[in-house]
Order: sequence, then structure tokens, then C-alpha cells
Amino acid sequence: MNSLIVTPVLLPLLVAAVLLGFWRHRRIQGWLGVFGMFGLVFAAMLLLASVHEQGIVVMHMGGWRAPFGIALVADLFSAIMVLLAALVGLMVSIYSLATIDNQRESFGYYPLLHFLQMGVCGAFLTGDMFNLYVCFEIMLMSSFVLLCLGSERGQIEGAIKYVTLNLISSAIFLAGVGILYGITGTLNMADLAVKLPAVEDQTLVTLLAMIFLVTFGIKAAIFPLFFWLPASYHTPRPAVSAIFAGLLTKVGVYALIRVFTLLFTHDFGTTHMIILVLAGLTMLTGVLGAAAQNNFRRILAFHIISQIGYMIMGLGLMAALSWSTSDATYAAVRLALAGSIFYIVHHIIVKTNLFLVSGVVEQLQGTGELQQLGGFYRHWPFLSILFLIPAMSLGGVPPLSGFWSKLILIKSGLELQYYWIVALALLVGLLTLYSMTKIWAEVFWADEPEGREFVSDGTPTHRIASGRVTMFLPIICLATTTVAIGLYAQPVFDIALRAADQLLDANQYVIAVDPQPVGNSSLEPLANVLEHNQAVVNERGGLR
Amino acid sequence: MEAILAVVIGCLYASGLYLMMRRDLVKLIIGLALLSQAANLLIFTSAGLRSLRAPLIPRGETQPVGDFADPLPQALILTAIVISFGVIAFTLALFHRAYQTIGTDDLDEMKATDT
Repeated sequence: MNSLIVTPVLLPLLVAAVLLGFWRHRRIQGWLGVFGMFGLVFAAMLLLASVHEQGIVVMHMGGWRAPFGIALVADLFSAIMVLLAALVGLMVSIYSLATIDNQRESFGYYPLLHFLQMGVCGAFLTGDMFNLYVCFEIMLMSSFVLLCLGSERGQIEGAIKYVTLNLISSAIFLAGVGILYGITGTLNMADLAVKLPAVEDQTLVTLLAMIFLVTFGIKAAIFPLFFWLPASYHTPRPAVSAIFAGLLTKVGVYALIRVFTLLFTHDFGTTHMIILVLAGLTMLTGVLGAAAQNNFRRILAFHIISQIGYMIMGLGLMAALSWSTSDATYAAVRLALAGSIFYIVHHIIVKTNLFLVSGVVEQLQGTGELQQLGGFYRHWPFLSILFLIPAMSLGGVPPLSGFWSKLILIKSGLELQYYWIVALALLVGLLTLYSMTKIWAEVFWADEPEGREFVSDGTPTHRIASGRVTMFLPIICLATTTVAIGLYAQPVFDIALRAADQLLDANQYVIAVDPQPVGNSSLEPLANVLEHNQAVVNERGGLR
Repeated sequence: MEAILAVVIGCLYASGLYLMMRRDLVKLIIGLALLSQAANLLIFTSAGLRSLRAPLIPRGETQPVGDFADPLPQALILTAIVISFGVIAFTLALFHRAYQTIGTDDLDEMKATDT
């Protein structure tokens, strides 16, 4: 069932189009959106199951063989990411029912959510560099509008920084794609994986690798390119923050991992060493930035940055392949990549959940400043527990999901003898726990500040009573998932290991996509296509 | 020809970046537009500049005869132009709104979300 692979791209588009038809019916939009996301989760599960069974699934759009047509490729890593994206989308759209105000809803909040989802899923599934660029743009465009929806001063200021830096990143991406086409004559990833090693001037390839590192680095918010993130992520509604925090930077991380396992594997010592160093710096600056903050969502935003460091640490550990290709090294690198994937799984679930909890807190007391919050443990003990689960998971407390993901990364780091990054990762884990306890102490444990009551009515908050189920259901679901991954880590770890196998073995990807061999001449591909077309036409008995 | 275009692209990048580093919202958006134009021109140049025939197939043939130009870079650029048009239009609207809401076009005064 190869056509299953287009569903995660087509379904959100279709749902968004239908939602646009219900422009004036906000409630219908909301519930239809939830059903659309349900469908997406279902499709993503089927896709993951079929990839798990039969290996990499490929679909050539319009029947045009790679490298001429655009191929959609789902390996295990992509399928996992699509499932996570769908899950986060579902949770956020349920949460939105209670927390998004009428004004935002009537300016197309729900359709935008689906367009965003389409871009994200497209980026995970595409096997073509230019198509990746287009998917990035779809995702960015919807995120721009979602970020600005409401036009509060903070949002506009945050959006200016977000938009500008992301547009710069897109321009660099485009330039990189142009140069890539210039030196190889193809943009299909599998075809590139075959042709890049044959390029005479390998320094040019390293240069290209750096261009893509900067592009995806901006999107993934790695050091020193992360400044747009803490300036903007705390400004929109919590539901929007949550889906941004869960998905957007991870698309950048996905693209980094894809490109640096499939295309740029010619010089591990340079490219992956740079990534490893950046990973360390990203972890450290993110967590130190968080320690200096006193706003609930700003602390969480800085933690995204430090967690991105962990995710690309697994990728950076591939640097070890430059000095040793023994079986032991290979096994440890495999473990490192599996660690990265496990970390992404853990992070998306936990981070989305923390932002959702922060949204409830902000609605109940009307602010996100830690000094003005307090008393939640006394009045909302259940909510406090729901915060504690993802917070402890983020800090890496066993037996929650964060513990296992850190354990795998640190184990592989020790095996590969990169002790400095291991030390850094442990230190950052400790500081993360410090930040989380800071929030816990100020918001949940401390008494509520003088003269600050729990808001029981008021414009955005009056819906909390009626919307309690839709607000708490996603938080409970995600918290349960975190605990479940922690207690039953083995199946997730097995899938992550298999995904890592596929990433490390570029041949599998190339064979699955099977780009037709073409000569060096840039004229030949088109001739081949036309010949192929003519053959098809002849087969069907001439043009009708 | 490549050398001339390389210089042009370089100038576009340089002036785009220079404009973006000013404090003015309007200069920022002109800078962004220049940056995407530079990228488009870069694709055009790096894919190879040759004055060849259009890739059309003569009647009775199954493939183009002789040397013909590669149409793909132009397709890429066309897509990129459309996308950047949409994005720049949105950015323009955003900046106009920013000017209305914040009451200034000086980027140095938009620090409310930074600390």
C-alpha cells in the first residue's frame, strides 16, 4: 500500500480546505479539525506499521521515476516523526477547543493548524531537496500567521524576529539547493547520495554541508543561531506555543539528521565534529539561559534549545567513524543515533505537555511570571502532579522517558570516548532539574502571592470551567504516554535502533528509491524521460 | 558571463545584508527581498549558463535533437519566486501592523520580548 504514504500530506490539506468552507462556524471548525487530526494519527499509525513490516516505503509522484519525479520516502525515522507530529496535532487541537478565543478562531486558526501539519508531514516524508524547501515554506507560512494571530504587541515583536531569521534561513537553503544542483545535476536525495561522493572537489561538498548546517541550524535553533526562539515562543497562545515547541524545531533536527546521515558522510572528522561541538554549546547556553529566566514559558523555551543539543549530540557522535570503523565503534554510533531518535520521541511528547500545563496555569492566574504565581499545589493538586511527570522526565529522573533517552546517549558517548560531551550532558541534565524545581517551587509549592486570587471569570478564562475536559484530556494523555514510554522503554528502543540501522545504511535508502542511473551530461536526463514517456505512450497504443 | 553574474550576486547579497543590519523596518524588508533575488540568480548561474536551444521535440522525433538547455533551474526559480512573493507580501503586512501597534519603525525599540 504505497499510496498510504501521501495520506499524511493530503489529509491535512483536504481537512483544511473543508474547514475553510465552514469559515463562519467556529464550533464546527474546531470539532472537524479534531476529527481530521484523529484521521491523521490513524494514517500515521498505519504508515508506521507498514514501514515496520516491509522496510522503506517509496512512492514516485505521478509515476515519474526518481530522479526525475519527486519521490516520497518513508523510512522508520520519518514514520516515527509523522506519528509524533500527528499525535501532537491531535492533542493541541483538542486543547485549542477550550483555550483559543473567538477572535482567533474566526480568523482561521483551525485551518492554519492543518496547513502547518501538512508542511511538517511533507518535510518528514519528502525525498527531494527542493520539495523539502517547499514543505519548509508551507510550514513557515502557517507558523507565521499562527504566531501573529491576535496582534498583541509582544506577538508582533516576536514575529518580526522569527520571520526575519527564518526567511534568512530559507534564502540560504535556496542558495544551497542551487549550488547542489549546479555540482551534481540532481536534487533527489537518493540520487544525491550516489553522486555526491563522485564529485571531484570534496571541499566543495564540505562547504555545501556547512551551508545546510547553517540553514537547518537556524530552523532547529542550535547555538549560535537560536535567538529567534526565546524571543517569540512565549508570545502566542499556549496552544500555539505547544505545537511550535513540539514540532517546528524538530523538523530542523530531522532535516539535519537526514542530510548528515545520507548526503554528507564524506568527512566525519570535520562536519560531524563541528556538530558535536555545537551540540555541547547548544545544551549549555540553553540551560544557562533558562536559569536566568523568570517567566514560565520563557524558561520552557530556553529548555527547548538545550534539548536540541542532546538530539544532535547523537548525530555528532558519528564523528567517531572518522578514526575507527571497527565493529565496536559502529555499534556505539548506532546506539548514539538510536539515542537521538529516542530523545526526539521523548522530547516532543514532554515539551508539548509542559507548554500545555503552562497554558492552564496562565489561564488560572492570568500571568506567566513566576513571582506572581503560586498556590497551585494547595488548590490544584492534580494539575501539580500532571506538571511533575513531564518536568521530572525532562530532567531525566528514572523511570520516565527522559532517563532512558539520556542513558542511551551517555552510554554511547562513553563507549566512543568523548568524555567531555558526556560530562556536559550530565551537567546540563542537573541544571535542567534545577530549572524544573524552580518552577515547581515558585508556581506549585509556594503560597499564592498577596492579593492574587485565582481568576474565576474574565474574558479568556471563563471557559475553563466548561472546557476543563478538553484542557486536561490532552495533558493526561501525554503524561500517560511519557510514563508508558518510561516503563516499557524496550519496544520504543527497538524501533529506534532499527531506524538508526536504516539511517546508517544509506544503501537501503538508495535501493528503495532506486534512482535511474543517468550520465554526467545534464542533457541526458531529459532525453531519458522523454524516451520513457514515449515508451509508455506506445504501450498504451498511442496518444488518445 | 559567469564572472559578471557572480559579482552581481555578491553585490546583491552584500547590499541585502547591509540593509538588514540597519535599524529600519522598511530597509529590513528590502534587504530580505534582495536576499531571495540573489538566491534565485545563484540557482540560475550555478546550473550553468549556455545559450542553447529550447528543449522542444521536433515533430516525428522521440527526444530533443542536439544540445538543448536544461529547463529545471528555471522551474525551480519560478517556484522560488512565487513563494518569496507570498512571503514578502505577508512580511510587508506584518511590518505595517507592527508600525501601527508599536508606533515606531526602529528595530532597536522592539525589545519587549527579549529579556
